[in-house]
Amino acid sequence: MEIVMAFVIGILFMSATYLMLSKSLLRIIIGTGLLSHGAHLLILTMGGLKRGTVPLLGEEASSYTDPIPQALILTAIVISFGVTAFFLVLAYRAYKELGTDNTERLRGNEGND
Amino acid sequence: MKTNDLILQTTTKVVLFIIILFSFHIFFAGHYTPGGGFVGGLLTSGAIILLMLAFDMKTVSQILPVNYIYMAATGLLFAGGTAAGALFFNVPLLTHAFGHVDLPILGDTALHTATIFDLGVFLVVVGVTMTIIQTIGEDE
Amino acid sequence: MSLLHLAIISPFLLAIFIPILYKLFRNIHTGWFVLPLPILLFSYFLSFISITSTHKTITESVPWIPAIGVDFIAKVDGLGLLFALLITGIGSLVVLYSIYYLSKDKEKLNTFYVYLLLFMGAMLGVVLSDNLIVLYTFWEFTSFSSFLLIGYWYDREKSRYGAQKSMLITVLGGLSMLGGIILLYIMTGTFNISEIIAQAAGITENPLFIPALICILLGAFTKSAQFPFHIWLPDAMEAPTPVSAYLHSATMVKAGIYLVARMTPVFASEGLWVWLIAGFGIATLFWGSFNAVRQTDLKAILAFSTISQLGMIMSLLGLGAAALHFDDVKNSFYGAATLAAVFHLFNHATFKGSLFMVVGIVDHETGTRDIRKLGGLMNFMPITFTLAIIGTFSMAGLPPFNGFLSKEMFFTGMIRVLELDIFNFETWGMLFPVIAWIASVFTFIYSMVLVFKTFTGKYQPEKLEKKPHEAPMGMLISPIVLASLVIIIGFFPNILANSILSPALESILPNNNIDVHISFWHGFKPELFMTIGVIALGILLFLTLPKWKRVYDFFPKKLTLNRLYDNGLELIQRASNKLTKTYMNGSIRTYLVYIFAFFIFILATTIAVKNAFIFDTSNISSIGFYEVLLALAIVIGSISILFVNSRMTAIILLGAVGYTVSLFYVLFRAPDLALTQLVIETISVALFLLCFYHLPKKRNEERNRFKLTNAIISIGVGAIVTVIALSAHSNKVFDSISEYYVENTYTEAAGKNMVNVILVDFRGFDTLFEITVLTIAALGIFAMIKLRMGGKKKNENK
Repeated sequence: MEIVMAFVIGILFMSATYLMLSKSLLRIIIGTGLLSHGAHLLILTMGGLKRGTVPLLGEEASSYTDPIPQALILTAIVISFGVTAFFLVLAYRAYKELGTDNTERLRGNEGND
Repeated sequence: MKTNDLILQTTTKVVLFIIILFSFHIFFAGHYTPGGGFVGGLLTSGAIILLMLAFDMKTVSQILPVNYIYMAATGLLFAGGTAAGALFFNVPLLTHAFGHVDLPILGDTALHTATIFDLGVFLVVVGVTMTIIQTIGEDE
Repeated sequence: MSLLHLAIISPFLLAIFIPILYKLFRNIHTGWFVLPLPILLFSYFLSFISITSTHKTITESVPWIPAIGVDFIAKVDGLGLLFALLITGIGSLVVLYSIYYLSKDKEKLNTFYVYLLLFMGAMLGVVLSDNLIVLYTFWEFTSFSSFLLIGYWYDREKSRYGAQKSMLITVLGGLSMLGGIILLYIMTGTFNISEIIAQAAGITENPLFIPALICILLGAFTKSAQFPFHIWLPDAMEAPTPVSAYLHSATMVKAGIYLVARMTPVFASEGLWVWLIAGFGIATLFWGSFNAVRQTDLKAILAFSTISQLGMIMSLLGLGAAALHFDDVKNSFYGAATLAAVFHLFNHATFKGSLFMVVGIVDHETGTRDIRKLGGLMNFMPITFTLAIIGTFSMAGLPPFNGFLSKEMFFTGMIRVLELDIFNFETWGMLFPVIAWIASVFTFIYSMVLVFKTFTGKYQPEKLEKKPHEAPMGMLISPIVLASLVIIIGFFPNILANSILSPALESILPNNNIDVHISFWHGFKPELFMTIGVIALGILLFLTLPKWKRVYDFFPKKLTLNRLYDNGLELIQRASNKLTKTYMNGSIRTYLVYIFAFFIFILATTIAVKNAFIFDTSNISSIGFYEVLLALAIVIGSISILFVNSRMTAIILLGAVGYTVSLFYVLFRAPDLALTQLVIETISVALFLLCFYHLPKKRNEERNRFKLTNAIISIGVGAIVTVIALSAHSNKVFDSISEYYVENTYTEAAGKNMVNVILVDFRGFDTLFEITVLTIAALGIFAMIKLRMGGKKKNENK
């Protein structure tokens, strides 16, 4: 399963990169969303999949899945939500102020800094 | 966003309480079973968002006149306070204390300062999510 | 947490409430709420005298980061207590003075007192911590609060300039000091000063010893404004006068001296330590006093005078350190040099503090500090004049004030250098008494300039903004208290001897048993003749000042240290701007291409060079039907996002991928993640839709044309990540640390859900920062939407 996941993760990263390299702000944001999914799955896969039961002591099993990647991912999920929301509003404001979501047209001009 | 969806509104009225109660359950049970401040907070905000979809933002902010930014700040204060509070007991930062207390009706209850920390997380998550949704929704 | 710790952090605690008190009681000057604290702390620290005077110390420890040996150890010994008393004592007087100095109607008192309290707490922390990392933290806090206080009137260009300058220079020194602290840690394995001192003999041969010494001295020299780092202090005079009196003469600038005194037992065995401190000290003494004479601004005179006096204390400490080279410390005179340093440190705080307050009064009542405009104020401000006389005469080293006593002791120390026969002092030692004497002449001159140009001479009412009159009583109390100390200590120096000076000396030179007795009359010794010479030549030069003042014109105006600083700063800014512009062209796409290309390059090379690609199928888990289905769903979903043109479809597809990921979490036994991902995905989709609900339709659905370079880069990234994922799984370098959590989740944290326990307990710090980040994101969003520029936007919407 880990090998399958490695390829799934690779494809997620590939799509994310392609989207992030495009001009439209919305596509860039969707790209970051995909990228974080890929990263989360990568962390989970690194720790090994489906070993032992869920990491709850109440299960009283002999072995548990590694809880550390899960804790890391949980933090990452929430952070990526915050970042995505921030991006989204940034794009939204830029769109409203400037009437475009094309990053090439958002560049501003030389000497304007 | 003005909708007039009777079915959604009626369902929401019922479902809302279930979701909120469930989110509280998940929050408190978090130390033993899946859940905790993050999920609990997100579920609660999900419930409020559902309310906003069913009715409209003005109505909801009249029902729940909460300043969500203050809510997030309070949450941070809770979490930070629990963390720093440990210093006053001569133990390193973020050391939690726990114990069992016999309460009149509930019986033997486990009390844990981590719950206060988690409550901070809960408040921050609700505060932040709702701030985001509300500011965007009200813009126009 | 002991009472002592509480005393150190109490200023920080009070600072939290100051803005609230300021808002609630607008009619009461906020200073009145602050004043009780330093007074209370002062009396609290006074109670320690009975303990330290028997050469005992008090140590209280609170664990902070025990894992790396950083504990908040508060230690009261003689040296720390001397400083603590200065900080709280002068602090009380300064707060009282500021109540009358700063008008409650015009100034933003809340910020002022918050900064001041911040400083007070930080400074107490510096002098009372025994742990170097804690000391460093508080040290940077003092730089930081000094920066804020100098820039208090931030609408003035000069304030901002001075604040920035002081920040850059002192933080530069602070960072170097941190380097020195870490080097010490490498050598001794501890951050605790008392333990380092205990190991001092063993580390002198260590190759890191000299670098550590230089790094620490750099921190002390920048903080205490030693030549050539003194340039920040005159510009710091833009701060309100109470601040100058407190931070920039009595306490903060002495932190460097404190550090040198504190580290003397560690480093004194090295000749370089003695040479550097004594040498830089004496150079600073001369340069400061020499430049003070040509200043026309009263505060600038005091600033340069402070620089020179700091140099004097520094040089005494340097020479005093030589005492540790002699077995018979008691009878050697070097101990006396250290005693002079400690004694003068105290005296300087009293007379310089009162002088700053006097200058503040002059400024406050006349509206100017320029000695070319002032004159003849004696008749209008008799009390202020008297105070000024006491302060300046003490500064000039005239009897019967305390400055005279420490000046005599200073001369003794300098003359005795001639007898010093270690570290090559035989050859160059001659220079010390000569320079010291010349500098004292200049000190005498600027002291006279300060008092006589202001208070005597011709009264020029046309040049003054206000009609001068005596200051209100409240403003006079603080300088009167300090001036009376100047006189009392002048007559009865020994009231300090056993209670404060001797314990402080014990901390600098351990086991010295020096008999501390300060006497007024030494007989007709060289010191006395030196003083008489200073007075005679000083009077002569003061009277002929206009004739020889042109000497200063010989110094090139273009080659000053200030010029060097300004040009250096500008050069750095321009260079970095130029460098940045070469690769920052404003296009996000270009940046991302750089980042991704670098990502591929660095990872591919590393994997190739280290031969890191390992493919091992022995330890993999089974593949189920559902999992294949979900994997396919993710692959199809993410690839089809690339080819859709409609925004709505793209958003829905992203949502679909997200939900599929959460199903994966279910299968991979991560219920917490599954729950969170599920809810987050719902809220995210709602957010996406909400954002684009408001937006107008795309005018012309721009086609997403296929780009070959983008495709190559993204396939590269995908391939690299796949390789990493495969290798990471196949190549376990060490065992998982998860066993620890499995074992300790219930016993240590009384929880059963390991993920949640890790989040709130074992790794609670991460979570704390995470929710902070979340809150910042929310505030950013709030600011972007709600706070916008003016009404320009409204017209566009219509």
